[in-house]
Amino acid sequence: MTLTTFVTKSAFRNKRRTFLTMLGIALPLVILTVMMTVWRAFYADNGSQQSTQRLITRHRVSLTFSLPIYYRQKMAAVPGVVAVVPTQWFGGLYIDDKPEHFFAQFATDPLDFFKVYTDFKIPPDQLDAWQHDRAGAVADGELAKKFHWRVGDRIVLKGTIWDANLELTIRGIYTAPQPTQSLYFDRKYLEEAVPVMKDQSGTFGILAASPGDVPKIAAAIDDMFHNSPQQTKTESEKAFGLDFVAMLGNVKAFILGICGAVIFASLLVSANTMAMSIRERTREVAVLKTLGFTRKAVLALFVGEAVVVAVLAGVVGILLGSGLMYTVGHNPNLGFFQGISVNTVTMILALLLAGLVGFVAALFPSYHASQVDIVEGLRYIG
Amino acid sequence: MAIPISYNIRNLKLRKGLTIMTALGIALTVTTVVFLMALLAGLRQAFVSSGDPQNVLVLRKGSTAELSGGFDASLFPTLKNLPGIAKDSKGEPLASGEWVVVIVLPRKDGTGEVNVTVRGMMEDGLEMRQLPKENPRVKKVAGEWFRPGQREVVVSRSIQRRFANCNVGDTIRFGKGDWKVVGIFDAGGSSYDSEVWGDVNQMASDFDRQGAFASAYLRATDASAANALKNAVSDDQRLKLDGMLETDYYAKQTSSGGPIKVVGYIVGIIMGIGSIFAAMNTMYAAVAYRSREIATLRVIGFSRPSILTSFVFESLVLSLLGGLVGIVLMLPFNGMTTGTSNQVTFSEVVFALRMTPQVVLAALVFALVMGFFGGLAPAWHAARQNILTALRG
Repeated sequence: MTLTTFVTKSAFRNKRRTFLTMLGIALPLVILTVMMTVWRAFYADNGSQQSTQRLITRHRVSLTFSLPIYYRQKMAAVPGVVAVVPTQWFGGLYIDDKPEHFFAQFATDPLDFFKVYTDFKIPPDQLDAWQHDRAGAVADGELAKKFHWRVGDRIVLKGTIWDANLELTIRGIYTAPQPTQSLYFDRKYLEEAVPVMKDQSGTFGILAASPGDVPKIAAAIDDMFHNSPQQTKTESEKAFGLDFVAMLGNVKAFILGICGAVIFASLLVSANTMAMSIRERTREVAVLKTLGFTRKAVLALFVGEAVVVAVLAGVVGILLGSGLMYTVGHNPNLGFFQGISVNTVTMILALLLAGLVGFVAALFPSYHASQVDIVEGLRYIG
Repeated sequence: MAIPISYNIRNLKLRKGLTIMTALGIALTVTTVVFLMALLAGLRQAFVSSGDPQNVLVLRKGSTAELSGGFDASLFPTLKNLPGIAKDSKGEPLASGEWVVVIVLPRKDGTGEVNVTVRGMMEDGLEMRQLPKENPRVKKVAGEWFRPGQREVVVSRSIQRRFANCNVGDTIRFGKGDWKVVGIFDAGGSSYDSEVWGDVNQMASDFDRQGAFASAYLRATDASAANALKNAVSDDQRLKLDGMLETDYYAKQTSSGGPIKVVGYIVGIIMGIGSIFAAMNTMYAAVAYRSREIATLRVIGFSRPSILTSFVFESLVLSLLGGLVGIVLMLPFNGMTTGTSNQVTFSEVVFALRMTPQVVLAALVFALVMGFFGGLAPAWHAARQNILTALRG
């Protein structure tokens, strides 16, 4: 009998206990996987290649203020800028004011929109149709699926910021690397309905020639408008998104806190099991020692057993966690987690953590077992 | 006959290590859930207590928040003269036309800038918010109120604590220049605690919004008059305005807690199930360890149901212990203030973690549910045990 088989056999000796322990460790690890993924998506990921090349300019004070539309030409002249497109939040109601019917709508320039958002894909004929219909709109694939929209469908958006109702025709459906759940329409149509919007836009999307140009462009644009009444705040698309995450509150502390609780919980489950099973096997340990197993070998056997159980539980937890993340990430009502999915790095990291949990949990009870006096151990009746 | 409770308690004491570790596991789950519930309770409190059932908020028709658009100031006198409005200290109708804008302020701890709501109001606005007289919703805690026509602001106490340059005598910069902080107010945990207040005309001119109001607040003589007043505003075809009770307006904004709620449910349910398995493990071990004892109890004459009850009870005691520890672990965080963003206005809402009696009760019930389901199967197993084999074993 090899050591590996010995470890595996002992790990599964009490099947019910091992099963319960595995679930007890796996479920906290589901949360851990999800939390780590959310952390990665918020703070570590840079999005697609094109996304790292994009910037967003907005009013320095708040998103609720607009910028003059003529800024667009001035920004386009900044070295390193490839294209600029205005994007104006509309915030209209679709069907009714229920949160599940809410989605983002922007007024933009159909001619240049896909020149800035180069990683959004749309069939050329649909793009052409949009550019030739002032009351046309393009929708994100997932959003269209949610509302069962097809090209040619008509929708009505009821304005909340302005007293204007927009009747739009879906002219195209685009796909983005990460679903945006947004709808874009021609700003000329908004200008007709809301004349005050003729010379302003809330935000501008900018495409830089390379990711390296992004900081330079941001500084150049903000400097350019520093002394004008409408100062700007320009930042990378990623940083702009992080502003929204920051608005949720202290998300980092929140995620870390939950991760800590979760790891500690699984540690307790694992340690508990090892303590129980080692206690039952006191006599066996004495026998092993009589046969010539050293203290170190006994220690290794038990620690190995705990690690095997924890890692197996880790696999279950990570698989369940990935499934959960997929469900959450594709639920259009949970906008914040849109398009986030578990990647390999997170999986490996979670698995390592699971192994570590098993290792740490087993250390103390196993050490205790390895110290058992042979004669005392043989006499032990449990 | 029932097995005495002391039997279970003594057993839990005997296996101290196991009891403590299992209870701690449950405690951790309870702590996490209490934390999330306390966050939501605090947030709800912030929004719900902001509204006064006697106040009617007026917005442009179709608009859902004070920030989205406004209406012409010429409509204000018509509003003011609607029936059912209480009188202010000067004998005029108690009504205030207001502007709400959002500005950025740097956090004191240097962790970046945050959007903060600035509200411009008339003198009546201040008067209205200091009602009812015996228990005012907003209290001045330092300095003075701002004076009309002056570039003065008052800030809430939590803003003063969290942001730089917000003490009495300091100046903050927004709009077209400097504003002097002349006073600090306390709004008792409502969403006004996240605001800066100043004179409406001064604000409107700084933000180029003269001649219009974002909203108007009307104080009704009583709660039923408020309902009539609300309808009078909405039904008036000339006005094209919407009236709503202030309480209803803020109740809607609690949706800002949505992401926390989702995370709370997911974490609570999954960790809860995990803890059930952990408790089950411990109880199975307890049953296995005491199988001869259980058989003896049966021989003495204790029935199967009483053994089942006894073990379920033991599991309940274990989880209750865990629940209590979990709640105690959270106590130091009670009252801690934090901020999130109001998803309607994009600005910061400051709120405190509130371990309300409901939260504590829910946490204990949650712990007991875990204990019940964790103990049921092992207890069943114990009760079904074959006496002879167990005695021999």
